[in-house]
This record gives sequence, C-alpha cells and structure tokens, in this order.
Amino acid sequence: MSLEAQTIHRETFVINLGPQHPATHGVLRIKLTMDGEYIYDAEPVIGYGHRMHEKMGENRTYAKYLPNTARMDYVAAMFNTHGYVCAVERLAGITVPERAEYIRVITAELNRLASHLLWAGAFLIDLGGFTPLLYTFDDREQILDLLESVTGARLTFCYYRFGGVCNDVDDEFVAGTRQFISRLRSRMPMYHALVTKNIIFRKRCEGIGPITAADCRRYGATGPVLRGAGVAYDVRKAEPYSIYPKLDFNVPVYPESDCMARYLVRMDEIVESMRIIEQALDQMPAGPVMAEKVPKFLKPPKGECYFNVESARGSFGVRAISDGTDKAYRLKLRSPCFSNLSLFQECSRGMLLADALALLGSLDLVIPDIDR
Amino acid sequence: MTINNEFILEIVRLVLYAVGLIAFAAFNAAYLSLLERKIPSWFQLRYGPKEVGWWGLLQPVADGLKLLTKQLLVQRGADVVLFKLAPVMVVIPAIMCLATIPFSETIVARNLNLGLLVIFSFSAIHVIGTMLGGWASYNKYASIAAARVVAQNIAYEIPLLLVMVALVMVTHSFNLHTIVDQQAGGFWHWNVLRLSASPLMPVAFIIYFICMLAESNRAPFDMVEAESELIAGAFTEYSGMGFGLFFIAEYANIVVGCALGTILFLGGWHCPFNLLPGLHWFLIKMYFLCFTVIWVRWSFPRTQFYGLLNLSWKVLIPVALAHLMITAIMLKLV
Amino acid sequence: MWNYFKLIATGSWSLCVGMWIVLLHAFRRPVTVQYPYESVKLPARYRGHIELKRDAATGQPKCIACMACQRACPSGCIDLDGIKPEGSTRKVLTRYKLNFTTCSLCGLCVESCAFDALQFSKDYNLASVRKEDYQMDLLTPQEKKP
Repeated sequence: MSLEAQTIHRETFVINLGPQHPATHGVLRIKLTMDGEYIYDAEPVIGYGHRMHEKMGENRTYAKYLPNTARMDYVAAMFNTHGYVCAVERLAGITVPERAEYIRVITAELNRLASHLLWAGAFLIDLGGFTPLLYTFDDREQILDLLESVTGARLTFCYYRFGGVCNDVDDEFVAGTRQFISRLRSRMPMYHALVTKNIIFRKRCEGIGPITAADCRRYGATGPVLRGAGVAYDVRKAEPYSIYPKLDFNVPVYPESDCMARYLVRMDEIVESMRIIEQALDQMPAGPVMAEKVPKFLKPPKGECYFNVESARGSFGVRAISDGTDKAYRLKLRSPCFSNLSLFQECSRGMLLADALALLGSLDLVIPDIDR
Repeated sequence: MTINNEFILEIVRLVLYAVGLIAFAAFNAAYLSLLERKIPSWFQLRYGPKEVGWWGLLQPVADGLKLLTKQLLVQRGADVVLFKLAPVMVVIPAIMCLATIPFSETIVARNLNLGLLVIFSFSAIHVIGTMLGGWASYNKYASIAAARVVAQNIAYEIPLLLVMVALVMVTHSFNLHTIVDQQAGGFWHWNVLRLSASPLMPVAFIIYFICMLAESNRAPFDMVEAESELIAGAFTEYSGMGFGLFFIAEYANIVVGCALGTILFLGGWHCPFNLLPGLHWFLIKMYFLCFTVIWVRWSFPRTQFYGLLNLSWKVLIPVALAHLMITAIMLKLV
Repeated sequence: MWNYFKLIATGSWSLCVGMWIVLLHAFRRPVTVQYPYESVKLPARYRGHIELKRDAATGQPKCIACMACQRACPSGCIDLDGIKPEGSTRKVLTRYKLNFTTCSLCGLCVESCAFDALQFSKDYNLASVRKEDYQMDLLTPQEKKP
C-alpha cells in the first residue's frame, strides 16, 4: 500500500499523539495525518519542556552551570556533564589526573549501561511486553546503587568538576562493580532468550522502520541509530577523548537499518561497556582525583571550543565560547535526540501506526534532551 | 398453562440460575482482576496489591466501589443510545454463554442438545458491542480500535469453528454433557489426547486456545485496547461503570473460553487419574487455563495488526483445515 | 514451503522458552523493599539537604560566615549572616536559612566551604503540603520531621 494512488481522493484525518501519551517518552506531541491506519504525515511538535538551558549558560558562571548539565538528558546524565566539563577544561587549559579520567570513564560507562537497560525495558513496554521492563530495572537499580555510593545521587549526578571528580572511589565500589558486571553478564543470555529470539518481538522489529545511512547523514543522526544503519561512527573511536585510546573495545554495527538492528546495537553496546569497565578497573592507577591548580572562579581565556562525547543516545556536543569573563559568552548544546527525532517525519511516511511507534521507540528519545 | 407446584418450582429454579450465573460471572470478573495483578507480580519479582485486605483480597471491592462512584460522562456528539447500549451488548452474551456449561455431572443451568452451537452464537455478539462502543464514542482513537476489533474477531472465528466442527464430527453430539461423558476414565481418554480421532488433536487444542485469546481480545492480541498506542482503544471514552462492564465482560469471556476448553478438550469434571470426579476437578482445570491465559499475556509483546491477521489466515486456518480433513479421513477409515 | 514450517516451529519454541523463563522468575523472592515498613540503608555520601556541622566540644556551628557557600550556590538558596563579637577575630553565625525548594543538591556549597562546616544530611522523609516547611532554618536545631 503506497501513497502513489493519490489520484483517488483519500479522506485523511488528523490525530494527536498528544503530549500525554504512554508511548512518547516525555512531553512530545506528534500531529499524525492518517489515512485509515497508515500515516500520511507525522509532524513532531516539540518545546513543551523548554527550560532555556542554553540561556542559563550565559547567566551563570562555569561552575554554577554544572547542575544544569545533568538535567537535560537525565537518563544518561554523566555524558552531558562530561562533555561540558571537557569543553571548559580544554578552553581553560586544565589537565585532568589519570585516576580521575579512569573514574570518569567508569562512571560514564555505568551510566550508559543504566540508560540502555532503561531503553530496553521502555521499548518493550511500547511493544506491549511488560515483564522485561521489571527485569532490566532490577539490574539498573544495582547500577544506581553503585553510583549513589560514589556520587550521592541516583539520576542527576553532579559529580565531575573542572580538573577531575569531586570524590574518590573506594574499594567497595570496585568490588561491587565487578560483582555487578559478572551478574549482568550471566543475565544477558536470559534477555536474549526472552526477548531477542521471541518470534513476536522479531516480527515487530525485523524489517520495520528502515532508516538508511543516507537519511542519517542528511539529518545528522548519530549513535545507535547511525550504527544500526551500517555506518561505523563512534565518537570514542573517531575523535578519541579521555582514556578511550587505551581501552580495547569494539563498536557494534549492523547494516540492516531496521528496529532490530538498532536493538541489537544497543544490546551489544551493553556487553562492550561491561568490557570497558572491567579494563578500566584493572588499569586504574592510584593518585589524586582532582587537578592541582584549578582556580575557584574560572576565567578561561578568550576562545571557543567544541567538544563532543559519545552519549548513550548519540554524539552529544558542547560548544563553549568564552569572552574572558567568568560567564560563558555562548553555550551551545548539540543534542543527539533532536537530530534523531528529525528523521521521524520523513521515515514514518506510509507506515502503519504500530510500526511508527516501534520506530519512535527504537530512536531512544528523551524529550527533555530535545527541548533543553 | 396451569399454575401448579411444578411451574412455580421452575420459575424459582430459573431465577436461581440467573442470579447464580450473574453472581458467578461477576465474582470471577472481580477476583480474576485481582489475580491479573497478583500473578504478574510473582513473575516480575514484586508484590501485587497487598494493602487492601489481607493479600489484597478486598482490592476488587475497592476497585468496584471506585468505578461505581465515578460520573458517567457522554461526550458531546456521541450517539447516546449506542454509547450506553454497547457495554450491555458485550456483557450479556458472555453471561448467557454460561447457561449451557455443565460444571459437574449435576450442576448445569440448561443442558441443551445444541449447547455448543448456542455458545458460539452468543459469543459472536460481543463483537458488535465493542464495535458500536468504539464508533459511538466520537473519538478517533476509538474508531480505529472499532475497525480493528471487527477484523480481528472475524478472522479468529473461523479457525475456532473449524476446530469445533472437527471435534463434533468425532463426538457425534453438540451436547456438552455428552462430550464430557465421552472423556470419562483417565487423562488418556481426554479429547486433547484423542489421537485415534486425529493425530493433530493437541494442535487443535492449541488452535482453540489461541483463538480463545484472540476472541476475548487478550494479549498478545489486544490490539483493541493496545495501551501504548491507543490509550484504551474502544473504551477510551467510557468512565465509571461503563468501563467496568467492559472489564467484567472481558473476564467473563475468559471464564467462558476456559470453561469450554476444559469441557471440550480436558475432560470436564473427570479426574485425570480416574479417582474422584466432581466439580472440584472442573474448577481446577478451568482456573489452570485462566492462569495460562494470564501467564501468556504478561510474557510477550503485542503482535502487529497485520501479524495478527496473518497468523489467523495464513497459519491457523490451513492447520485447522488440515486437522478437519485428517479427522474426516480417519473417521471413514478407522 | 519448508521455511513456513520452520518459522512456525522455531516461533512456537521461542514462545515456550519465553513463558518458561517468566515462570521461573515466579519462584524467586521479590526484590521490592516495602517502604514504609522497611527502608533502604542510605550510603554514606547520600545527598539530603545540607546541615551545619557542629563543633564536638562547644556544640556551636563551625561556620564563620565567610559567605563562600552563598556565592557558590547556583540557585541562590542560601541566605546567611554573621556578626563579629567584641574581642574576637572570627565572625559568629546569626542566621543561616536554606530555601530547599530551589536547591538542586549539586554540592558546590559543601565543596566551597574551607572550614568543613557543611555536610549533607540523610534526611529524606520530607513531605509537606506547605512551601514554608522547606524554608529551613539550619541554625536552630529542629525536631525531626515524622
């Protein structure tokens, strides 16, 4: 069924996948023009959660902006802070001690695990299977307990500082992390048997929601959406930062470009993150966790810096322009979910509603990240 | 008509049956809804409702009170008569089907010779009810759901009826009591294992089970009320007891389907080891099937709409036809 | 044709495996912590609202009203004041008010204190229907909220 038969007068109606809807993860409104069950046009309307984070960046000093960074994409909050902190450090010329870099990578990868586990559960709820959500949340709770013992917070971490991290990790954290990784590793076969091989799940995801590499390039989609389309672009490998060059990990790429490919990319990324964390725990040296001469009121010299990190959702970028004062002249945040959502309008044409929702779920959107 | 003791006794009996069936259906609907929340709590490593009453046993009472105290809203532009008629049209056939189901050797409301046919006729009426409910709601989500429910139910009636025809060919009777009597003895006499009639009998039972899930709009075939897409589908605009009636109807349909499955395939009230037949075995088997229905709902995601229809037209109907053919051949040859 | 039957067979088997996995979970203990009958043990670094550390000997707050925390706070939640009494080199705290409705628990105040006078409390059972209850006066010791 295609839209070529437009010579026939088709009666379409407009339906709101409204701001309040169980399937849109946050306040996203999509105006669907539907022809029966087929989508003729899907127009996302965003801005319901706009809190002017970029403007706040101009009104606060660099250190005072740290809590804001965690509030954008709160599911994977460490990455936002990592991007911001690294951008400002590069502007100000601060070097971070090695132990702090390792701690940053370990906590960020733990946050990536938590984010992917949450996504897996939420994606399955969109498709109608309620039980795996509870299992992934059980694992995610353990990660959040580990991160709480280090940072004091479960969701919106304010842990990184300019020059390092604010607290050191102790042996209990290291032992707990190792134990958690071995437990999660043993549970992955269960997830694959319950979800990945399930015929109903496969029918819902294989061949559904094709997003080609050309689409991704035009809209600037990154992250698992891009890697599920066959393009092996990962910021950790393409523009390495922190201590990622010292760690040995693969970047999962699947060429099929459907929902199943994006799901498999994320499940494999869970396994790769576990490998990264184990290597980082083994390699972590002793030493200080904070750089020595960090001024209390940071006044970076005039200049600008763009720093992007590989967030759980894609490439999160921070462009910081400094004019020599203690407040940024401009703080631009490049949100991965914004680019990922912009694909939706074109890619969902002619799809059935259920398939379009599977596509929306597989894009892994967190709407506050789009609205900032 | 002479009014004598016989007549009065008959009236009393009818009233008792009516009240008993409605009470059975309502009680089951209430406590199956509690089980619907308790059983997934075991699977999902959490506690279900446990605050209201010990083990949550008063939770259905609380839910019922909540539904009764809500205002019954009718949207402007909705067709009021059809809107209010729809829940009724869905609940009454479900309860009426219970009239011919024999719960044990002696407990049956009306043992009709065409009992099976009566049940299938009545269970087809709820489709109209759901469709009217969705259409009369004047809500786009509900209209989509109404269209879906018709296609889904029509598609899944066919394999159900094919399997029934094959079974009736073997049992030579529509009378449910007779069908159960033929399964007396141990579990090897049950129809599900009646391989002398057709080697595909267990498959026929599975087809029956799947069709029963689809007819009662249960997951993984709950496109009608697909929560993450259409909010509540055909029932979006219903509040209070209107929604409550749809709810009761869903569980009554499950009870009827499981009871029928027990009678047709699992030996009714006979013990699997030929010991103490009775009502208790019927109830055990029926509630085991209800547990399986709930178990299936919470294990899998939902199928897509065309996946659902493909399953029926491309898989279940050919297999049911093959089963029918093999049964006919074996009946003639053996 | 063969694929058709193979798909039915593998599909049905995957469904049975899924159901079996779900059933096995029914035999495990629930992981829920039944709050409020049980409660979770809070880690040492848990971030509740801030509180003033008091000197063990005198029982007075260690704070000398240098205003570093007030300057460091991004949301302007802290409002403090101190006076210098006669014949003393250090200021004494007279007022320390925290507006917890705007606090984001970032910890910048705790880190900025050079006199080790602030710490996070473990107070999380805060529930109220009035905004005034969250205008906390940290100087006067309060009874714990229920």
